[in-house]
Amino acid sequence: MVGGNKRVRSWAGQAPLVLITLFVAAPVGVIAMSLGRDSGGLWSHLAATVLPDYVRNTVLLALGVTLLTSVLGVATAWLVTLCRFPGQRILRWALLLPLAIPTYLNAYAYTDLLQFSGPVQSGLRETFGWGARDYWFPEVRSLSGAILILALGLYPYVYLAARTAFLEQSVCVLEVGRTLGLGPWSNFARIALPLARPSIIAGLSLVLMETLAEFGAVQYCAVDTFATGIYRTFKRPDPHALTAAAQLSACLLLLVGMLIAVEALARRSARFHNTSTRYRELPSWQLRGAKAWLASFGCALPVLWGFGIPLGLFALRSWQHGDARARETFLEFGRNSFTLASIASLLAVFLAVMMALGQRLHSTALTRFMTRLSGIGYAIPGGVIAIGILVPVTWLDHRLNTLGQTLFGVSPGLVLGGTAVAIIYGYQTRFLAVSLNLVQAGLTRIQPSLDGAARTLGASPARMVRQIHLPMLRGSLLAAGLLVFVDVIKELPATLILRPFNFDTLAVRVYQLASDERLAEASTGALAIIFIGLIPVVILSTMLDRSRPGATTSSSDSDAPLAAPGATS
Amino acid sequence: MSTRAGLTVTQVSHAYGKFVAARQIDLVARPGEVHCLLGPSGSGKSTLLRLIAGLETLQQGHIEIDGTEVASPTVHLSPEQRSVGFVFQDYALFPHLDVRRNIAFGMSRGSADQQRQRVRDLLDRVGMTDYESAMPHTLSGGQQQRIALARALASEPAVMLLDEPFSGLDARLRRDVRQTTLDILHATDVATLMVTHDPQEALATGDVVSVIQAGRIVQTGPPAEVYQRSASRAIAEVFGPINRLTGEVQDGTVASCCGPLAAPHLTHGSAVEVLLRPEAIALSKQPATDSVPARISSVSIEGATLRITVTLPEGVELEVYDLARRHWQAGDDVFLTLDDATVIIHPLPA
Repeated sequence: MVGGNKRVRSWAGQAPLVLITLFVAAPVGVIAMSLGRDSGGLWSHLAATVLPDYVRNTVLLALGVTLLTSVLGVATAWLVTLCRFPGQRILRWALLLPLAIPTYLNAYAYTDLLQFSGPVQSGLRETFGWGARDYWFPEVRSLSGAILILALGLYPYVYLAARTAFLEQSVCVLEVGRTLGLGPWSNFARIALPLARPSIIAGLSLVLMETLAEFGAVQYCAVDTFATGIYRTFKRPDPHALTAAAQLSACLLLLVGMLIAVEALARRSARFHNTSTRYRELPSWQLRGAKAWLASFGCALPVLWGFGIPLGLFALRSWQHGDARARETFLEFGRNSFTLASIASLLAVFLAVMMALGQRLHSTALTRFMTRLSGIGYAIPGGVIAIGILVPVTWLDHRLNTLGQTLFGVSPGLVLGGTAVAIIYGYQTRFLAVSLNLVQAGLTRIQPSLDGAARTLGASPARMVRQIHLPMLRGSLLAAGLLVFVDVIKELPATLILRPFNFDTLAVRVYQLASDERLAEASTGALAIIFIGLIPVVILSTMLDRSRPGATTSSSDSDAPLAAPGATS
Repeated sequence: MSTRAGLTVTQVSHAYGKFVAARQIDLVARPGEVHCLLGPSGSGKSTLLRLIAGLETLQQGHIEIDGTEVASPTVHLSPEQRSVGFVFQDYALFPHLDVRRNIAFGMSRGSADQQRQRVRDLLDRVGMTDYESAMPHTLSGGQQQRIALARALASEPAVMLLDEPFSGLDARLRRDVRQTTLDILHATDVATLMVTHDPQEALATGDVVSVIQAGRIVQTGPPAEVYQRSASRAIAEVFGPINRLTGEVQDGTVASCCGPLAAPHLTHGSAVEVLLRPEAIALSKQPATDSVPARISSVSIEGATLRITVTLPEGVELEVYDLARRHWQAGDDVFLTLDDATVIIHPLPA
């Protein structure tokens, strides 16, 4: 305990945190390093043929979704926060509901509904006696279809960010605007919107990340983007497929990196502080007559399209066609999903606790940097992470087999790649940020003086953690585990690539059935995913309502984890 | 009880990056003594407490508790190995534990029954007998403070560290809680170091007061000495408004506008400053020996005292306190007499 090993102790304290970070960030590093490797001409082939399409489609998709979600999200947030109209109280939280439906399920639902043989077109033909070629109908499986479907699933991120920002704005600032002669419209455009801009940008950047990572919906709409291209390249019967997929992933990584940089810049140049700290019940403009009904209708539409219709369709299909066999296999896949998600979320919470406590006990420049680095996976598409894990895992499995052959004359098989180890690893990289955010938020609510009190009262660091930190963190740990659990259930591309052979989860099964146009059978699984996805939405909406300073119900749980519930696909 | 040596801090310096929080601090707190560290926020006093408790790692100097070196550039005993009790500004009661578990948290010796008995004794001492199973959030600020004190005392530490322990309480409650706390601390042989930014509080609670400015201790002494014999104008001003005059020493006296002042210890011909506390000047309607005439230019009432500005014939303005029951008014002609014992005279740098 004396002197010379002061330095040693400090290193020992920081080591777990550093190791965990390196562990979860490694796949990203693998991808970045793949650029220099030889892909036997496959890369140049890809670059010459499909890469331009990937770039074009990805950029157009991103632009379209950004535009649409910002209009939808900001407009609805402003209406439900500052106007009063019929149904506004319900819509406040209902507008979050589309978050519960992974975008790929939306894509399945709308394709089913609007395709040639679907109920809408069939109905039209029957009603008007049209033949197959007598009318024009928009094609769902197209770039614009994909943009619409993604925007309906992702606008809640912008809505959430904008609503939080509007709620945090001081009434006084808005009232000053009114006394200066600004009407509701100019007040919105000249005061509220500019003040909310940093938050809205943060929300939009989440939308953009999800869009870049989007796999299921885009794949189903037959739009070739980076995310689908990575999967397709990976599936090519080519010895260099994995390397080329990794190189494609690196390109996508570059895009994501640019996005993060732009967002950081935008935030730095536009940081506003509330000049007034007085909060009161927000003033609300009572809308009347046609205006009021227009507002209700306008805010109800995204909820209906993004949540009501897909949910209704799956429920109907499940009711109509849910045959016994589907139910049986559904249980098996459900069990697989549950097992995977339980293990992954327990591990993610454990690692997050280690990281967060490590940083609290040893806050150095190194630990702060490592903590930030460990969250990087949340911004990285699941498919990219999967490739980043598969590269070293495949290499390691080959080595193990060679070693087994030479030493014992037996090859142990794919020890890592063939088991759930790889996929659990992938989930940690992807979702550690979710649990870490919540655990850290919980930990900052424990005053530092409690640590001081515990230590001076004779508690060792271990006893302090056991008797003070962990009991006080219980709620945060539960929420963290729950959110990771839900994210894992919904996750598609990484699961698709990394799952052991013949091990299907709900999401994978739904994807496969939908790919085979057997949507009716997929509907039970889809419903299950949606209901599980509702959990974080409920948590989020209660947090949001309690978050406003001066709100009628006060609570300390004000850090709504904006980045938490992912519409991952 | 045992022969205890209290707390000794020797030449402690500490910096956060470029910001120096403590400079060559020397400090002693003897068993049974309350040592008050007075300074504005950011002056480095909390840092010193954290260094003593072991919550920060010492960079320079030595800290001894009960004759054992607990910190030096090569030694660092962790907080749980030091015999210190710490009362935090926000009390830092564990919110998920009831009062009994809070207090028993630091008890390591004795059976569960013995510990329970000691918790009861401590609760009796701080006047919170029936609160054993109360949860912290149900207690008032003053009650929380007392539980925090009981908890810190529970492990019978050699040194108690109090960080602004009364600042969260309203003025009326403060006096009572302060007195209770002092009585309890004086009844043990614990050496107490208390940090405060409130000069009145420092004077009222400390057996010894140290004034800290910009990380440096600038004066240490009994409260009366620090107040009446402030080592510099900056220190004197910490304790309230002060009148400053300048003059020259002539044969052991200073000829001031308020009459001659004895300065036997200063060399002939040296320039000096004279610091006069407002209450060191007495007002009367009648002239007396060595009194000087003046006129009252303004009066304002501050509760029990009057704050009076007087103007001397030369045009010098002085601030004077007098009791509110004396009805002075602006325009009154008065005579000033100085209380020699509380006049502070410092040589000015040449």
